[in-house]
Amino acid sequence: MMLRGTLGVLLTLVIVAAFVTPISPQPQSWFEFPLIPGLEEKARIIFFHVPAAWLSVLAFLTSMFFGIQYLRKRDIMDDIRSSSAAGLGLLFCILATVTGAIWAKFNWGSFWNWDPRETSIFVLLLIYGAYFSLRSAIDVEEKRATLSSVYSIIAAVTVPFFIFIMPRIMTGLHPGAKGDPDGAGPVIEFKMSPNMRVVFFASLIAFTLLFIWMFTLRVRTARLEYHHQSKG
Amino acid sequence: MNNADRYSTRWLRATTAVFLKDWHSELRTRYAISALGMFVITTISIILFSLGGEPASPDVLSGMLWVVLFFAAMSGLSRTFVMEEERGTAMTVQLQSPPSAVYFGKLLFNLVLGAGLTLLTVVLYALLINGFVIRSYGLFAAVIALGSIGLATASTIIAAIIARANTKGTLYPVLSFPILLPLLMTVIKATRMASEGASWSDAGGEFQILVSYIVVVMTTSYLLFEYIWKD
Amino acid sequence: MGLTIAAENLRQVFNRQTIFSKVSFTVGEGTVLLIAGRNGSGKSTLVKILCGVLTPTGGKVTIDGDGALDQFARKARVGLVAPYLQVYEEFSALENLHLSMTLRGFRSDPSAHRALLERVALDPKRRDPVRGFSSGMKQRLKYAMALSHHPPILVLDEPMSNLDADGTAIVRSIMEDQRKAGILVVATNDLTDCDRWDTEVNLNEQR
Repeated sequence: MMLRGTLGVLLTLVIVAAFVTPISPQPQSWFEFPLIPGLEEKARIIFFHVPAAWLSVLAFLTSMFFGIQYLRKRDIMDDIRSSSAAGLGLLFCILATVTGAIWAKFNWGSFWNWDPRETSIFVLLLIYGAYFSLRSAIDVEEKRATLSSVYSIIAAVTVPFFIFIMPRIMTGLHPGAKGDPDGAGPVIEFKMSPNMRVVFFASLIAFTLLFIWMFTLRVRTARLEYHHQSKG
Repeated sequence: MNNADRYSTRWLRATTAVFLKDWHSELRTRYAISALGMFVITTISIILFSLGGEPASPDVLSGMLWVVLFFAAMSGLSRTFVMEEERGTAMTVQLQSPPSAVYFGKLLFNLVLGAGLTLLTVVLYALLINGFVIRSYGLFAAVIALGSIGLATASTIIAAIIARANTKGTLYPVLSFPILLPLLMTVIKATRMASEGASWSDAGGEFQILVSYIVVVMTTSYLLFEYIWKD
Repeated sequence: MGLTIAAENLRQVFNRQTIFSKVSFTVGEGTVLLIAGRNGSGKSTLVKILCGVLTPTGGKVTIDGDGALDQFARKARVGLVAPYLQVYEEFSALENLHLSMTLRGFRSDPSAHRALLERVALDPKRRDPVRGFSSGMKQRLKYAMALSHHPPILVLDEPMSNLDADGTAIVRSIMEDQRKAGILVVATNDLTDCDRWDTEVNLNEQR
């Protein structure tokens, strides 16, 4: 109850602030955002794109955590939690990829460029896709839980390699990466004024709360379904 | 009874037995060798036709070599696990051998099969594809060897997973690709560097990544294998 | 103390259906355990748990008294004959026996294998793949494979399936020898398969 209320208020504030606050080159009052060269109005997407990407990673870590718990305790509820988190992760990963592509089109002219961050979110999308393909190919519940947990661990183990590979292979377009033409970086945080940072972190928190709320809801529904099926 | 044998002796015997079982089985049916050989020849022919005699850049050629190797791996390296499931002997092996012996025995089989595939592909590629030159032979050989080992290692654990699922064939590349992507990206770049004549020190970073990838994936696979294999 | 198998509160759930629960028993050396029940009552599932190829949803099985400490010793304790345990069809009978030893980490002894094949009335000189064997011959080969490493525990699921009168006689003598030498476990829904037993687990009553 409390969570929903707080979440509702917070999200509304964030969305309003993100869209309504005017952007001007010389911010006069606390109510204005500075103009970041290279981004201008498009900067508003930061409040949604980055949290969505953050959530897709958080969801993956959550999914993997419950996957490991399943392997240890063999409690099917852990598998339900794992796949619920992964489902949300897939949703937000798609959102992050799409918002990112839209931004890329407006900023750099094409929807996809294979810059490191774009490639990373794409790989995460592939991993989610593989995870659900695997799940749909196994009929036996216990085996499905075990194998998808194992796969997510293997996938997680290969992801850190990208951190080392990316800088060597490609230069990036993203604000904050090497090779960014207008130098709109390093990352958002340092070019944002304090008031922008407030809205940004508020958005991050709001999205995280959103994730927790949706996750709890999904797990509760799945648990009810499970008990209903076990009796019948 | 030879119960007095040390654990390591018995482990080596069991692992070798798993490897030899798959090896002899393969020699009798000769499926892998002929079908995979044909696959490699067919794929390279397709590439030849689509290039149409035009020379392509070292970037493209290095990439395509690994595309062929990836799909060859996807065609052949799942066999060792899928065959046990299809013939119903998975439980027989599980009854007789401990999981670690099964994993390493089958990994060894895939490493050997992968090496054969890689050798065939590289030789055909070098002979037939116009414009594929290698300036640093030693570097190239090392990159190909490490890449082949990494490809086989990752493919083996994924094969173990998909052998327990339905729709194995289409699922195999879908699961393998995200896992193999770091390896492929690194090894394609290193292959290109070798073909352009880079030195060993230039590729030092790539070697580090390749070796650590192999170690990490092999260790994780070994630790997780029992969960996959045992019901 | 001797060899014992102790099962405590075994429970198996499969796709949200409980197959059996609260299965407990203890059997000692020189005895026969009978697992009885209708088709589908979970006999084969319990067999798989005892042989270590299936992890139960709940409860545990403890096998004690033979000093088995490592994985190989554990695998060597049990021999299994079951309809769902396949032989390696692309290999000959002798090669199958060779595998049943080497996969368990033992050295293979071809003369002992030949003697074993003769005991189950299979021709030790044949080199053709088992693929061409009749179902009765394959069943007898399974017995040879189960006995090749002299397991203290022999588990038989549907022991007489596919066997004619001669085959059945061979199996009865194997069963008698095993009872004297260790523990015999028989799972069947046909009680004439087993002449006598000491402990019974009836899965019909377990749900």
